[in-house]
Amino acid sequence: MRRAVTLFLLGVLPWLTFSAWAGDGVPKPTIVIANEGKCIAPTEEMRRNHMDMLKHQRDETMRKGVRGKPASLNGCIECHAGKSTGSVIGKDHFCESCHSYAAVKLDCWDCHQPKAGFKAAGVKP
Amino acid sequence: MNLVPFSRREEHLFYLVAGFGAAIVAIGLAAALYMEHSGHVVTGMNNQIVWGMPHVFAIFLIVAASGVLNVASIGSVFGKVLYKKRAPLSGLLCIAMLAGGLAVIMLDLGRADRLIIAMTHFNPTSVFGWNVILYPGMFGIVAVYLWTLMERRMNPWTKPAGFAAFIWRLLLTTGTGSIFGFLVARQAYHAAVLAPMFIIMSFAWGLAVFMIVQRVMYAWNGLTVHQAVRNRMKNLLGVFVAAVFYFVAVYHLTNLYFAKEVAFERFILIDGGIFPVLFWGGWLFLGTILPLLLLYLPGLSSLCGSVATASGLVILGAFCQLYVFIIGGQAFPLGIFPGMETASSFFDGRIDTYSPSWPEFLLGLGGIGIAFTMTAVGVRVLSFMPEDDIAHLEAMLNITD
Amino acid sequence: MSNNDRRGFLAASAGLGLVAIAPGVHLMQVAQARPAGEPASKLQRWGMLVDTTKCASGCTACVSACATENGINEQVADPRQAAQWIRKIDIKDPKNGRQHSLPMMCQHCAEPPCVDVCPTGASMKRADGIVLVDRHICIGCRYCMMACPYKARSFVHQPLTQQNPEVPRGLGCVESCTLCVHRVDKGQKPACVEACPEGAMLFGDLEDPNSDIARRIAQTATTQVRADLKLNTGVRYQGI
Repeated sequence: MRRAVTLFLLGVLPWLTFSAWAGDGVPKPTIVIANEGKCIAPTEEMRRNHMDMLKHQRDETMRKGVRGKPASLNGCIECHAGKSTGSVIGKDHFCESCHSYAAVKLDCWDCHQPKAGFKAAGVKP
Repeated sequence: MNLVPFSRREEHLFYLVAGFGAAIVAIGLAAALYMEHSGHVVTGMNNQIVWGMPHVFAIFLIVAASGVLNVASIGSVFGKVLYKKRAPLSGLLCIAMLAGGLAVIMLDLGRADRLIIAMTHFNPTSVFGWNVILYPGMFGIVAVYLWTLMERRMNPWTKPAGFAAFIWRLLLTTGTGSIFGFLVARQAYHAAVLAPMFIIMSFAWGLAVFMIVQRVMYAWNGLTVHQAVRNRMKNLLGVFVAAVFYFVAVYHLTNLYFAKEVAFERFILIDGGIFPVLFWGGWLFLGTILPLLLLYLPGLSSLCGSVATASGLVILGAFCQLYVFIIGGQAFPLGIFPGMETASSFFDGRIDTYSPSWPEFLLGLGGIGIAFTMTAVGVRVLSFMPEDDIAHLEAMLNITD
Repeated sequence: MSNNDRRGFLAASAGLGLVAIAPGVHLMQVAQARPAGEPASKLQRWGMLVDTTKCASGCTACVSACATENGINEQVADPRQAAQWIRKIDIKDPKNGRQHSLPMMCQHCAEPPCVDVCPTGASMKRADGIVLVDRHICIGCRYCMMACPYKARSFVHQPLTQQNPEVPRGLGCVESCTLCVHRVDKGQKPACVEACPEGAMLFGDLEDPNSDIARRIAQTATTQVRADLKLNTGVRYQGI
């Protein structure tokens, strides 16, 4: 029985993944990478692991005060902000284009500033 | 006991009642969604009065949920037959009110979407953290207890399960009282007496809720509560109400004795606007004196409806008391510089006013709706009706009279 | 070892070398930027000393500097729902009419009640004594606001979009003075300290006996607000 299942999976999985890659009829997100080759890790690794890298660094920085490491959200934003709006969110911009395609909700922007080089103004209360 | 099968009319009436409950729940959820979407800017809560109307409702429900289980405990732990017959209903009410109260607390959070974080991140020094364990634990224990009561094969386990629920319930209310008791910063809280005070409040409020639900259930089935049951339970309610009075008196009298707390007591008891009105008129007169008269005065206590009215007044008094305790306690300014007059753009040294907005009120009401709907559906589909041994009750009546 | 790790390690060893060569010579008096990749250390405790005798009643330079630095810029209809990380309190003794003014903010207690009561551990104290809110796990229950004796915390009542990239803050979380942790980690002073026209605020390491702040506290009478609570505050006052 187990062998049958293994064989089935071996047979079916590559086909499934292949069809997902090949899928001509499936619309793809438009991902604009402005500064190609400047990333902190190869594209494949970033695609797979960026969330873990960010989450790990987030706790290191927030709770322990470790600064200046390569995986930083602000670092991502500085490099990947869209040309037209200077932001990583909004349609066709780096973070949102892919995340809305993959239907993975982001709540980073409830607190973090998605615009590169943004300078906040202060108002005296 | 011979119950007539439900009539068609009764069935329609039940759907109407259940639909009414569901509508209240839906309104509460809509209010929570609105608050979540717009932020707490749409509520009357602010940086000084950080806990408002939802917390008054939620704490009432949670405290009363623990107290309503008292009925079952008297039966299972202390072996009183009359109360044992009421244990299943008591357990159901406990679960229903706990669910309502917790829903309100959770939906009022600034980030209600992070409920999972509240479950997975635990700070052992936080009283809130303890409660995150105590509340779900209560659900589990009471569910098991109900199972031992209602499944015949499990009956032998009723006593240990009832005992566990009894202990857990005392811990739970100690935890709720300690949320305030451990707050060193604020004049109104920060008192060890709050934990036992919350336990005794839970006894009174829980029993009051139980009496009303019991009466409604009997009336629905065209029955009346037997005189012996009524006498027993009304006397117990009176004792609890008097005990709450004692604890509140101790709490305020100790405060009045401390020079540093006199200004706060003056605010709550004399010149604090709505708070003295709710304290003297709402809690003391309507919620304590009047119910005691209704329960004990020979002429009044035998009147039909006097026990239910007294129970209703106790619940009204509970809301007044919680409003004074929670909102009043925050409205009074923090004494950052004791003995000094302070002023700032952040309202230091100023008494705050609170006007609850509709969404937060409706969210609280939604919690009541959850408890109501769960109870209504529960008693309809399962057998929660107390089945007394009439001969035994008649005998009891002869002894007590 | 990545490039950055090595750089951090080298910088640290260089620092050690200097200390070994020239003991007693203090190259930097106030803060020193922590090398990249290094966590905050228990050997330091950041604190502040406010000389209230120099603090003018109408002056709000520290408050404005804080608002600019930390992007506290939202318009809130009800001022009681607006966030205030630092505020000026005017204090008057009703017995003799003596008046003075001081800035009040998170006191960065060594025993912070907000950290004790936080159900998730979002309220936290960093190794170097800075008390912060980890907004990633803050659920917005406001228990810390109930527990704080200084009314130092604010709840964000509405959605925000104009945050400073270095100071994330947002809807539904509780926040308070961070002692400008993003500046301190770069070796700078908090914005309020830098902005004070009277030089009434002194920032430094309470654990370093040779720092200005530690020496001033050792030599002059200073006060902790609500010292009766024994919270061992990191912010101290002079002249109250």
